[in-house]
Amino acid sequence: MHAPKPSVDASHPAPAPARTGALNLADEARKREVRTSWLLSAPALLVLVTAASGPLLIVLVYSFLAAGDYGGVVWSLSGEGWFKVFLSRDIFDDTVGIADAHLTIFWRSVRLSMLTTLICIALGFPTAWFIATRSRESRNVWLFLITIPFWTNLLIRTFAIMEVIRSEGIVNTVLMTAGVIERPIQMMYTDFAILLGMAYVYLPLMVLPLYAAMERLDFRLIEAAYDLYASRWRVLRRIVVPLVKPGLIAGSILVFIPSLGAYVTPRVLGGGKNMMLGNLIELQFGQGRNWPLGAALSLTLLVIVMVALIFYVRIVQKEAASRE
Amino acid sequence: MSERASFDIRRMPGFVAIALATFLVLYAPIVTLVIYSFNAGMSVALWEGFSWRWYEAAMHNQQIQDAAVRSVIVASFASVFATVLATMAALGTTRVRPFRGQTTIYALINQPLMVPEIVTGVALLIVFATVKQATGYSGLGYLILAHTAFCIPFAYLPIRARLEGLDRSLETAAADLYATPWRAFRRVTLPLMMPGIVAGAMLAFVISLDDVVITEFVKSAGQDTLPTYMLGQLRRAVTPEINAISTVLLFISVAIVSAFFVLNRKKA
Repeated sequence: MHAPKPSVDASHPAPAPARTGALNLADEARKREVRTSWLLSAPALLVLVTAASGPLLIVLVYSFLAAGDYGGVVWSLSGEGWFKVFLSRDIFDDTVGIADAHLTIFWRSVRLSMLTTLICIALGFPTAWFIATRSRESRNVWLFLITIPFWTNLLIRTFAIMEVIRSEGIVNTVLMTAGVIERPIQMMYTDFAILLGMAYVYLPLMVLPLYAAMERLDFRLIEAAYDLYASRWRVLRRIVVPLVKPGLIAGSILVFIPSLGAYVTPRVLGGGKNMMLGNLIELQFGQGRNWPLGAALSLTLLVIVMVALIFYVRIVQKEAASRE
Repeated sequence: MSERASFDIRRMPGFVAIALATFLVLYAPIVTLVIYSFNAGMSVALWEGFSWRWYEAAMHNQQIQDAAVRSVIVASFASVFATVLATMAALGTTRVRPFRGQTTIYALINQPLMVPEIVTGVALLIVFATVKQATGYSGLGYLILAHTAFCIPFAYLPIRARLEGLDRSLETAAADLYATPWRAFRRVTLPLMMPGIVAGAMLAFVISLDDVVITEFVKSAGQDTLPTYMLGQLRRAVTPEINAISTVLLFISVAIVSAFFVLNRKKA
């Protein structure tokens, strides 16, 4: 029985005779409560505005300034930063050389992030199902096993993958010792390496929300479907997937967004040549010395992420509405 | 296998195999890394006998020592600050009737979870570069401030979850027994919140300790933390020394997360 916009008098109706006085009192108490809420939140908000949200606005300002010769910016209005981002998207304009490089990186970021998401679904869905169908006690153990890599340093996990696939790594050494190959297979510094690394690193982010959705699954519905002679595939497609869809979408978003902004994994496994958006942004603040372009690229990434998030919220709201 | 009288509705063909393979894939690289940190030889693939050699090498490396100390200092300050601020914010935003601006507060608190780290890193680089130039101060303060900010949501979520589950009647009882609001808070609310606060602090500590990207952009010259030191080393020849540091960091994270799990289990 929640009013959409709760007002003071609606939620606390006072008895009729003493109405005005009681209202004032309730009004005062309410005001004090709200003030306390703000006062208690203020220090956290101050830190967040100083070191998280506020700087984003400054990035916006910087994206419209001119680049300094040795990094930094010159304080004059310029569209050059954004110009270079958007030109890079223009496939039909073959006059600018840099454009192709940007386009390649944008496309690589999107493609690898989507592939990462698909791989994580392919592995994560059965894994989450497996955990959700264990007994209550062993479920917690399996869940714990998924959580551990999740909380392990991302750099260390990327590094662990590197140890497996590099030329002197486990896979190549074993294959060469066994005589299967003569020369090590070059896996490092390829798109494949980035893909492998990202799927490895972000997999728990897919399993956890999927599990949360499957744990709540009403297995009587599945039983009913089987009673009606549905095949396993049909049950999976028509019953399970629609029911766990919110978890599936949440997992996909949780994997897709950090993949898109990935910096460490492509830097370590992709090297200097196979850059992703995150590395391109870093480049503009390092050797590239083009801060406005870097700022514009950052905001472009941010916009893509926000669009994905809004898309997600829309779907969740629609799901919730259709369930009522 | 109790419910498998004739037909197991929970079974999906191939799912168990894929799941077990996934767990294997998830753990094999990490386990390999840990094992080879004890390798006597230089190789990360050929086993040449057990040795503490790389741990000793790492321990006697001045750069690693400094980086480790710096990591712990930053993570300690950041997690304490973040937890205190998050506790206050949780008290301000939980168990209250909805008020105007509450959504804004939520959005601000959760913002570090939504914005890609690289974007935040770049934004802080721009701001702090200017501040560093203007003030001449280039100490650890910037790192601590940046870490505090992105640790706040991680501390806030478990504290809020705990607070939402609290029974109001205990505090009402304290008030009925003439406890002042402060006393009721100190003696009733705060102890009840404690598991959430400890859990939040631990998460914040791990998150800060593990951070690479934001630290990489915020740190001044010569301010490497363990992760950024490792990232720098990965460009050059990789020695099992890195394996040794990784293993130590790994065990710290695992220990803290295990403790977190135990704490949360007690609650339930």
